[in-house]
Amino acid sequence: MIDHHIPVVRLVNITKSFGDVIADDGVNFELLPGEIHGLLGENGAGKTTLMNILYGLHQPDAGEILIRGEVHQVSSPHKAIELGIGMVHQHFMQVATMSVIDNIILGLKVGSDFKLGRDAARKRLLELCKLYGLNVDPDAFIWQLSIGDRQRVEILKALYRDVNILILDEPTSVLTPQETTELFYTIRKLVDAGLSVIFITHKLEEATSITNRVTVMRDGKVVATKETKKTSKPELAYLMVGREVLFRTKVETREKNSHRDVLRVSNLKVKGDRGNIAVQGVSFTVQSGEIVGIAGVDGNGQSELTQALTGLREVLSGNFWVDDVELTNASPYKVIQHGVGHIPEDLADGIVSDLTLVENLMLNRHYKPPYSKNGWMNERIMESEARELIHQHDIRTSGALAKAGTLSGGNKQKLIVAREISRNPILLIAVHPTRGVDIGAEEYIRNLLVQMRNRRGAVLLVSTKLDEIMDLSDRILVMEKGRIMGEMMREEANIEKIGLLMAGAEG
Amino acid sequence: MITQVLTAAFLTAFLAAGIRVAVPILIAALGEMVTQRSGIINLGIEGIFIIGSFTGFTVAYFTKSLFLGFLLGGIAGGLFGLLMGIVSVRFLANQIVTGLGFWIMCGGLAKLLVRTILGIDKYSASSDFNIPRLESLSISYLSKIPVLGEVLFNQNIVVYLTLLSIPLFVYFFKYTRMGLNIDATGENPRAADAAGINVGQVRMLSVTFGGILAGLAGAYLPLALYGVYTDDMAVGLGWMAIVVVPFGKWRPWGILAGSMIFGAANALQFRLQNMNFPLPYQFLLMFPYFVTLIMVILFSRGRSSPSALTKPYFRSEH
Repeated sequence: MIDHHIPVVRLVNITKSFGDVIADDGVNFELLPGEIHGLLGENGAGKTTLMNILYGLHQPDAGEILIRGEVHQVSSPHKAIELGIGMVHQHFMQVATMSVIDNIILGLKVGSDFKLGRDAARKRLLELCKLYGLNVDPDAFIWQLSIGDRQRVEILKALYRDVNILILDEPTSVLTPQETTELFYTIRKLVDAGLSVIFITHKLEEATSITNRVTVMRDGKVVATKETKKTSKPELAYLMVGREVLFRTKVETREKNSHRDVLRVSNLKVKGDRGNIAVQGVSFTVQSGEIVGIAGVDGNGQSELTQALTGLREVLSGNFWVDDVELTNASPYKVIQHGVGHIPEDLADGIVSDLTLVENLMLNRHYKPPYSKNGWMNERIMESEARELIHQHDIRTSGALAKAGTLSGGNKQKLIVAREISRNPILLIAVHPTRGVDIGAEEYIRNLLVQMRNRRGAVLLVSTKLDEIMDLSDRILVMEKGRIMGEMMREEANIEKIGLLMAGAEG
Repeated sequence: MITQVLTAAFLTAFLAAGIRVAVPILIAALGEMVTQRSGIINLGIEGIFIIGSFTGFTVAYFTKSLFLGFLLGGIAGGLFGLLMGIVSVRFLANQIVTGLGFWIMCGGLAKLLVRTILGIDKYSASSDFNIPRLESLSISYLSKIPVLGEVLFNQNIVVYLTLLSIPLFVYFFKYTRMGLNIDATGENPRAADAAGINVGQVRMLSVTFGGILAGLAGAYLPLALYGVYTDDMAVGLGWMAIVVVPFGKWRPWGILAGSMIFGAANALQFRLQNMNFPLPYQFLLMFPYFVTLIMVILFSRGRSSPSALTKPYFRSEH
């Protein structure tokens, strides 16, 4: 019988720092039996670190962990699992080259030392699948599965280990809206079966829809723990950010006169890394003064498409033009020279960590006058221009000559956007421009994209955040399995419609 | 000349020698396969090979026991493997640099020790010291089959054991927990760690095992092939073992095939030299390495290598 008064997990005064950065600072947290407890906070608030400590991946510098009322040293994930704690990480802890069943039994003693007990394990797994209504083929290889399936494998992995405390780290960030609904259904089923769930998220919508209680973290500290019924989204947002947040970026409808096609893509096919055809013949245009958003679940050809458009990946067939100049298979240098700006998918691809802010800001212009003459760079001009950009975009740094690697995620991204936009590109290709940045930087970057559009620039925006796509785009394309499944104007768009297209329904 | 090359006798002798030369490459490559599947590349194999040759020879010379020679050759190799493991797993050192360092260090160490221990001065060579070689063990009926019998069933015990171990390696990786753990560690150490596998321990064991096999492979040269010891005995066999691993796509049967090709190239070069083949002998000596180069170019592409190969693993990546 579950005692409803003793918390299954109690974290007392947990403190953890990495070098000079304090990730968690005296954090207290309680999980009651049978509850879904939301852990809400911005990126870098210390949520994941805290849960990694509970799961034994990190050791706290100070503080105590109580499981079912007893103090425990959770020295490793192995120990955590013994204590009945399971965790589904944001990046799945799976071996892609192995089968589902091998991933499930990995690290467990099944069978003898000389032979794995795959058959017994398969039987048990299928029973669990049936019990919780989770469907997955035990003998499929992980790399063959969809993201939703892979997440189910992670949950099954925990269930197979008889955990009764389950930590889910941003579980919906990779799912379609429909998959999210399915996941929520599963979570409720788990709780009915007696599990207690910790749900890490930075999305207010989720924090208020599925949880019983919410603990809000900011800058490594717990700000408040609220009963979900007795709080609201604005209140949680205020607690999370520490100030009022505007939920929508204002975008005026654009004037309709005399727009020209800046980017024209015709039947483009691009190869993926696995030798597959990642982009299967897409055609579209982006006009001046327009933001075109590409929605879709990660890994449906968006990366390959934008890499091809910026000269970073070979085009198999088809063509594209920027202002009527064909740039198919042109070098990145040529693409830049034609006025294309690029905010790359991965932050790390947009800056050189070991170079200074000045050098990073000047990376796309340092080779031409007035920044350099006859191969000699003019540091004075570069530094003054860089300082102006840092000031103008409020990039928080210890100095213009500090290494770019010392910046926070949000400031790194601001630096990249500042560099790209300050060149006045005619086309900006922005891929996940607000991924991994805090709400403040997110708002700022979104506004910059809108400003560029209002100055009659063309913006191609790729994002997995539906609200971002719907708030900013004048026109929305949905990509699935390398194809464009549908196109709609902002006025016609809604979550259900886009969600269905993302899941592959014909538009 | 050509008719001389294409006789049954030549073919038999050539293939038999091919297997004999292929076996040390095969042993070391199987060990390197295990090491690499755990996520570590040991480029010091050539050096450990030399240590194995030296230790095996010296022990056999003083004890008159080939068995002890193999045993201690393997142990010495294992110790250097363990050392490589400590440096790359515990101290997260760059595996390329460390491996090359091991190669150079081991070569120098063997040269130094063979001179001190055997008391060689500048007037004598280590090749003056002889030991009996491992004898062939013909399998009564099977060895009478023409060509094939001589090639496959009239070899020494190490050859048999090595060939028989191939299916065992296949079984190990497919059906045992340890095999699964090694693959998981090499593909995704973070996932392995989260599953409760001790990544450091698995890697240490794998590198040590690879060292033992490289040591045994080295000991095979003086104890089974030559009966003497020389400084340059390994002649790149360790490097060939490293090439064979990607060639064989990190799979035992593929590695067997790769080793056989190198063994054959070596044996062919040998035979042709003995027959005064009308080509300067330097070209013949170059032949196996030329084959190696071609194979590297043709087969080392593709993405089938363990994803975490050469990447040190540590938990707090903040």
